[in-house]
Amino acid sequence: MRVLRLFLLLLLVLLPMAALAVQPDEVLSDPALEARAREISRNLRCVVCQNQSIDDSDAPLARDLRLLVRERLKAGDSDGQVYGFLVARYGDFVLLRPPVKPSTWLLWFGPAIVLVLGSVALVLWFRRRKAAVEPLPISEQERAQVSRLLEDR
Amino acid sequence: MRAIVILPLVMFALIAGFFAWALFSRNDASILPSALIDQPAPAMKLEPLLAELPGLDVAALKGEVVLVNIFASWCPPCQVEHPVFMKLAQQKAVPIYGINYKDKPEAAKAWLQRLGNPYAGIGVDPLGRNAIEWGNYGVPETFVLDKQGRIRHRFVGPVTEDAWRDTLLPIVQKLRQ
Repeated sequence: MRVLRLFLLLLLVLLPMAALAVQPDEVLSDPALEARAREISRNLRCVVCQNQSIDDSDAPLARDLRLLVRERLKAGDSDGQVYGFLVARYGDFVLLRPPVKPSTWLLWFGPAIVLVLGSVALVLWFRRRKAAVEPLPISEQERAQVSRLLEDR
Repeated sequence: MRAIVILPLVMFALIAGFFAWALFSRNDASILPSALIDQPAPAMKLEPLLAELPGLDVAALKGEVVLVNIFASWCPPCQVEHPVFMKLAQQKAVPIYGINYKDKPEAAKAWLQRLGNPYAGIGVDPLGRNAIEWGNYGVPETFVLDKQGRIRHRFVGPVTEDAWRDTLLPIVQKLRQ
């Protein structure tokens, strides 16, 4: 019980550190629309910081883009239209999850190809090694030596 | 079986080669390629910053090769490129149009008064929303527009003497032909 209480206290202490980049004045009054905006923002890269979503970033441009996303949603855009709007201006780079298309095939399937090639190479290598270390039969003389040693014991 | 002996060396050479290329090719990954290359410049009509100078009407830029520069008085690299633009304006090398990005008009006016005005027209973008139409992600950024009003190049960061001579001038010359 004490541990639990301590844990809850710790959570409370840490809560302010999870402060959101989204400012209260940006939040839409319609919760469904706001939820969509949050989801879209999480998938959009802040082009200034480049490794954060605009939902996480405090950069002024990220704020501008968050507001833009919300404006487009309020104007009746579908999620796809909002993404399309930003990709038209900032390119695929603005999407944190790059689309699957010929120019990104290597990115998406490269690791799988490396895994397959690596597995094949590993199997081949082990087979060859096994063949190389196949034990040679021992001679009659060696057999006699072994039995002598065993008898001595 | 001999091949496996030199394999580490080959791999080292490959990796070292890749690092060398990344270091020396001036291929800065933080500089994004523009998604708008070869597309018409975004149509917009921006209010003028100065009473005596036009604003920015993108449709009116057709007919000659121009630079469109996004700048702000609060941006130090903009001050770095400013003397280069002054020189280009004196030489009448190429018309330069400005988009004054998220600036206070008084601050921008004072900045131009102090450093000189190389622009043929300056439109204001107080909220930065028009710059987004250009795929802008920082100041300064400079776009080269061809005679048809299409974006043919985006230069990210200050246009230094070197950048003008080695990068932008050849593009401008090629587009004029």
